[in-house]
Amino acid sequence: MILDHRTSRAAASARSSSGNHLSRRTLLQAGAAASGGLMLSLSLPFANRDAEAAGADGFVPNAFIRIEGDGQIVLTMPYVEMGQGNYTSIPMLIAEELEVDLKQVRLEHAPPNEKLYGNPLLGGIQVTGNSNAVRASWQPLRQAGAIARTMLVSAAAKRWNVDPASCRAQSGQVLHAPTGRNIKYGELAAAAARMPVPEHVALKRPQDFKLIGTPAKRLDTPAKVNGTAVYGIDVQLPGMKIATLAQSPVFGGRVKSVDDAAAKAVKGVRQIVRLDDAVAVVADHMGAAKKGLAALVIEWDGGPHAKLNTDDIAGALEKATLNSGPVAQNIGDTDRAVASAVTKVEATYQVPFLAHATMEPMNCTVHVRKDGCEVWVGSQVIARVQAAAAKAAGLPLDKVVAHNHLIGGGFGRRLEIDGVIRAVEIAKHVDGPVKVVWTREEDIQHDMYRPYFFDRFSAGLDAKGTPVAWNHRYAGSSVIARWAPPFFNNGLDPDTTEGAINLVYALPNMHVEYLRVEPPGIPTAFWRSVGPSHSVFVVESFMDELAAAAKQDAVAYRRALLDKAPRAKAVLELAAQKAGWGQPLPARVGRGVSIQHVFATYMAQVAEVEVGKDGAVRIRRVVCAVDCGTVVNPDTVQAQIQSAIVFGITAALHGEVTLKNGRVQQSNFDTYQMLRMNEAPAIEVHIVRSFEPPGGMGECGTSCVVPAVANAIFAATGKRLRKMPVDATALKQPA
Amino acid sequence: MAFAIKVNGTTHSVDVDGDTPLLWVLRDVLGMTGTKFGCGKALCGACTVHVDGEPTRSCITPVDSIGTSTITTIEAIGATPAGAKIQKAWLDREVPQCGYCQSGQIMSASALLASNPHPTDSDINDAMSGNICRCGTYVRIREAIKQAAQSSGQGG
Repeated sequence: MILDHRTSRAAASARSSSGNHLSRRTLLQAGAAASGGLMLSLSLPFANRDAEAAGADGFVPNAFIRIEGDGQIVLTMPYVEMGQGNYTSIPMLIAEELEVDLKQVRLEHAPPNEKLYGNPLLGGIQVTGNSNAVRASWQPLRQAGAIARTMLVSAAAKRWNVDPASCRAQSGQVLHAPTGRNIKYGELAAAAARMPVPEHVALKRPQDFKLIGTPAKRLDTPAKVNGTAVYGIDVQLPGMKIATLAQSPVFGGRVKSVDDAAAKAVKGVRQIVRLDDAVAVVADHMGAAKKGLAALVIEWDGGPHAKLNTDDIAGALEKATLNSGPVAQNIGDTDRAVASAVTKVEATYQVPFLAHATMEPMNCTVHVRKDGCEVWVGSQVIARVQAAAAKAAGLPLDKVVAHNHLIGGGFGRRLEIDGVIRAVEIAKHVDGPVKVVWTREEDIQHDMYRPYFFDRFSAGLDAKGTPVAWNHRYAGSSVIARWAPPFFNNGLDPDTTEGAINLVYALPNMHVEYLRVEPPGIPTAFWRSVGPSHSVFVVESFMDELAAAAKQDAVAYRRALLDKAPRAKAVLELAAQKAGWGQPLPARVGRGVSIQHVFATYMAQVAEVEVGKDGAVRIRRVVCAVDCGTVVNPDTVQAQIQSAIVFGITAALHGEVTLKNGRVQQSNFDTYQMLRMNEAPAIEVHIVRSFEPPGGMGECGTSCVVPAVANAIFAATGKRLRKMPVDATALKQPA
Repeated sequence: MAFAIKVNGTTHSVDVDGDTPLLWVLRDVLGMTGTKFGCGKALCGACTVHVDGEPTRSCITPVDSIGTSTITTIEAIGATPAGAKIQKAWLDREVPQCGYCQSGQIMSASALLASNPHPTDSDINDAMSGNICRCGTYVRIREAIKQAAQSSGQGG
């Protein structure tokens, strides 16, 4: 998903064509830091169009680089570390141009401030998501590093009274080779702050990179292996109480009555807080809070959705696809092309609601005072946290302080602030700080879910089996319409359509329609790989069906449609070759392929799947070929792909949230299962060397693996699965 | 009532109900937050500690069942030979991503290595499949355990 295709394409072309001069839009100012060092303030491109329109007078920086007197370099940026490694990758960008050791660069959380820290590719919202932290930082941070280096060299040259061209930067120092002199950056920082900001700086050629493209040790790893890493749930404050809660089991329901006598009698329980649609138990520790919660007798009024079942929602979506909707993309004339087609293929697909199930259950710590409110949480959207807490507490924004923490899994769940609002509502009734921790059951049953989608496809093939017409219409929730309304236009949003339009394939006639249908009684949200988590599954499954209908090899069939997409063709060929595509396999073992271009990254995967006689599916091996442009930290790329593939397989094999009488039927890891060690496949990652701008990395492995698995199951059994997750009973070998 | 429990070599007195899970005593009463809450039902392994060296799900272990047993948590596992090898392998292999489950993973892996210096893939599956990693670091966990096992061999 790229929220503003127009400007981001402009950014991409600017990056590829003009790496050696400052973009007019990459506004930057330099001066003295309060600490006496050199401070660079930069405005990441497209972060704030109002500021750009205002010109230099309206310069609004959103990232800061300080070079301290001791040589330490501190970046202040809006991104959080969720395990995706950006706290290592982003410092690499500046260290590369600044000619310093990576250890000298430290990245700090930015405090909440949407105006300052808005993410450029996300329309100025302060957010870590959409696989874009490195993409947004790639050009401006390298430029800033080069500018700082130039100013430090100028300061040294001035001190020595020599030509700057006779000096060079190396390992955090400026060297003057003719005289053998050198000065450390820290000693130059104050003087450098008084040097003019260069208008043109030369960026390194990719072949000269020393850090970018080399595996770097992640800076956050040591604390994560010795128990000292502090996540939101680990916050400890003097006098803090622990609360846990029961929310209405039906979304939109209310508390009818509460008998809390037994709960209050539990040792360590201090208080019961009753809200309109939830009850919380406040205690000295979570053990007492949970015991108290179990002792509560709550009667609920389910409200308008108390009879709602998943089938009702799926049925409404299916019905919606019988009528036409807003056109997301049209190429040529599919009606005419279908009429002349030799073979026609039709199929419908469905993908379920999915929970995020982050390992760190939802939690938020809040201290509400009369004159202010403090919040401690791990969030992908810390500015929204602050705003939501202010509203819920009835306080002005400047009376709310929000502290961000490490995130024990985000995957989109921590792009939402429902848990913050809930914690503030409870904390308003509590004297002193309270940490609200959700049980796993609450976490699964009051998530905000990856939307359910229903898809309808039809295609026409010519006599050779080549697709001449491609029709795709689908219905489901638009998360964007709620989460970032300005980006929902004319019934379309750039998230649900990513992966469904602008396909890598050359299709002469193509027509795609999207119908926004919001399900009643269940909230929806972004989920790792967002729109493509749905669209790539259906597109690559249907492409596989076309290959089968044409009686052609699934790789060869796709390859023939990729003449105008050389990067896509290259990853497909690499994945197929490394996977041994075409080599014989035992009975009920099959290979499946998929290919995608989403998050500005090209990827192909081949899954090798074994289906037991009982229908049980085991993924033996996944081979992934990726072209994500310039690789900043190859170890992180590999780790993210391994991770995303496991995430996708988990959904393909186990992932499904269903409603019965308005209640989520899954509750913990027994009923909402995760892939485990004994089910995890061998994963091979092959990275294509590229000097293109970096593409997104955190999510694309998830969307790509699901159709590869489904297509492999087809190859192994002849059974086409058009509804996720995999239904093992449908795959049983006939006796 | 008050219970005396021995954690990482130090004896603490805690005044909680006897059925209070050890997890909450560690985290909320003693302030040792390295041990994590994941499910509360022994389904995910995030809360794994060692009780007399045995990997144990602290979220379902009542404090009154501990008695005189010694408890070791992630905060002190590095002081054991197997724990130190596992932690080093975790660093060398860059295993953690979000990192939240890794305390439990390391506790399970350390117990495995302490009792079985050269585990097979099947041994690793048996010992580690109770620990969920939502970031899917399984490939690297397996590699890291094998690396730690190799260093066991070299070190005798």
